[in-house]
Amino acid sequence: MALDDRKHSTTEERLATMTVPDVGCTAQARQSALGRLRAMGLPSRRDEYWKFTRPDTLVQSQAPEASIFADDEKPVFTDVDRLKIVFVDGVFDPALSDDLSLSGVEIDRLEDVCCTDDHWAEDLYGTLETKGQTPVERPLAALNTAFAGDGVTIRVTGKPTKPINLIYTHEDETSDVFLHHVVRVESGAEATILENGPAAARFNKCIEIDIADGGTLHHIRAQGRDHKRRAVTHLFAQLGRESVFKSFTLTANGVLTRNECVIELTGDDAVAHVAGACVGDGDFHHDDTVFVTHDAVNCESRQVFKKVLRNGATGVFQGKILVKAGAQKTDGYQISQSLLLDEDSQFLAKPELEIYADDVACSHGSTSGAIDEEGLFYLRARGVPKAIATDLLTLAFLAEAVEEIEDEALREEINGRLAGWLERRRG
Amino acid sequence: MLEIKDLHVDLEEETKTILKGVNLSVEAGKVHAIMGPNGSGKSTLSYVLSGRDGYEVTKGSATLEGEDLLEMEPEERAAAGLFLAFQYPVEIPGVGNMTFLRTALNAQRKARGEDEMSAADFLKMVREKAKNLKIDADMLKRPVNVGFSGGEKKRNEILQMAVLEPKMCILDETDSGLDVDAMKLVAQGVNALRDADRGFLVITHYQRLLDHIKPDVVHIMADGRIVKTGGPELALEVENNGYADILTEVA
Repeated sequence: MALDDRKHSTTEERLATMTVPDVGCTAQARQSALGRLRAMGLPSRRDEYWKFTRPDTLVQSQAPEASIFADDEKPVFTDVDRLKIVFVDGVFDPALSDDLSLSGVEIDRLEDVCCTDDHWAEDLYGTLETKGQTPVERPLAALNTAFAGDGVTIRVTGKPTKPINLIYTHEDETSDVFLHHVVRVESGAEATILENGPAAARFNKCIEIDIADGGTLHHIRAQGRDHKRRAVTHLFAQLGRESVFKSFTLTANGVLTRNECVIELTGDDAVAHVAGACVGDGDFHHDDTVFVTHDAVNCESRQVFKKVLRNGATGVFQGKILVKAGAQKTDGYQISQSLLLDEDSQFLAKPELEIYADDVACSHGSTSGAIDEEGLFYLRARGVPKAIATDLLTLAFLAEAVEEIEDEALREEINGRLAGWLERRRG
Repeated sequence: MLEIKDLHVDLEEETKTILKGVNLSVEAGKVHAIMGPNGSGKSTLSYVLSGRDGYEVTKGSATLEGEDLLEMEPEERAAAGLFLAFQYPVEIPGVGNMTFLRTALNAQRKARGEDEMSAADFLKMVREKAKNLKIDADMLKRPVNVGFSGGEKKRNEILQMAVLEPKMCILDETDSGLDVDAMKLVAQGVNALRDADRGFLVITHYQRLLDHIKPDVVHIMADGRIVKTGGPELALEVENNGYADILTEVA
């Protein structure tokens, strides 16, 4: 289908301002991504998957400015023993980063993926993104594949003793950043990847994750700090037999965030959990768009998304479970809930199930509500002041999502962040 | 300890008067019981005293050791020493029982200008008190009242009372939904807390709880007023003859 004129011209206008970078052995992948993007066109408000989130500021040529978070709050994961990989406004900073060698994992900068030495990532870059374009188009991911200026490739071959922490700092108020990472977890290997930091005034990030049979990957990310930042992220994961993928995202602050998560369970007995806890105050729009495809037998998937919204903040959830014919014994679960702390905030949810197998168990639920008055009174009647009681109930609401983090120390770190965020907003 | 004078209370949402001039005085060291038929205003009295929303005091006063309860927020009343054991304890998913107890205790201590209790001291204290009420470690770990049986919920109320050590305890139909064994256990827990400095107000439909928690004074409440006051024998009279006789007699 040909693009309408308006979409075509918007897309070409944007592309005219950009240059495809020559980074690593990705030229071919970038050209085909450019082709995909031209065929799809950049998203517009009229697109089915952009009804609830205005793509304008993500699409326009100039990134809107974003001031830097001025606070002495320690960045998340600071006290975690980790391998740091730091990007400053989207550019890898070797001085701030740790040495990239760690037993059980091979980490390279994307630009070091050289065509002559047959690097494993060469075949993966852009591949899962391409697959993830059907049945729903994700043009900003194709834009990323074509224009990503930096990124890392991570190959997990064993069980590294500490997590790999991708840190995105933001110093330039007008930075417009594209990062693209490629991750492969080999058979039986297991690792944890942490991500945090505001990254840029406008951040477009893509991560492609291929987990081989029996591999395990834990992914925990925190998006916070700068109030005016904008981000669109795509996570594409493909899971082999008996593999496990668990991803959790904390989002606080940021005027616009859209996190797309596209997961395909391609091997039998695989497990994929994606969870998110988001707290928004005022000029805040957060969108979780999740698509989980079951294409193998006896796989389990969970989507747990919780949002706390106040002062007119908006939350969006578009979540789908697609069970293909033959994906028998699928166990799919999806819950999206919002806690609206006032009447100005809103939550827009579109939960979807599409099932072509006949022996499956899939459940989904979506709710919006206020603080439980009964619970609040009970706590107060025991002497807990209203503000603390409200925070306690709010954290309790978020708990189901946070509990998806297996590591207790990391879970407590995230809980501490959420508690701090709420405490700073006590009336 | 607790002084209630000519207390008149309306429902906020509708024009309905529930309490029509309650007078009651509970002294330290004493157990008072309030009995009465359904709809007489017993539970409303407990809610108004603890500060629940939805009620409007139109006249009268309620003080705890001379302090005006009605002017205080619910948490201030708790810190001042008032405790309501709920008829229907509330389930709070996501909040662990221990976290709840510790937050409540330390909030009260803080409000009274006392130091917070250390985690170790707190744990030791709770474990010991829980043991007496046959509350196991699992119940302490679970979210507040979630998945608890009726008896477990009521025992959990008494545990909170034991931990918070209030001056004035109000028990709102603590016997409802309990079998005989559970009721005995709860009563033991309450009796263990009886001392010369603490007052109790036990609200119940039935005399049977009062077999286990022996009251000093029994009040009969009807149509928003206390219509008769007597000794423990008044509870037996209700048990034998029902409320009808008493109500006819005072009418």
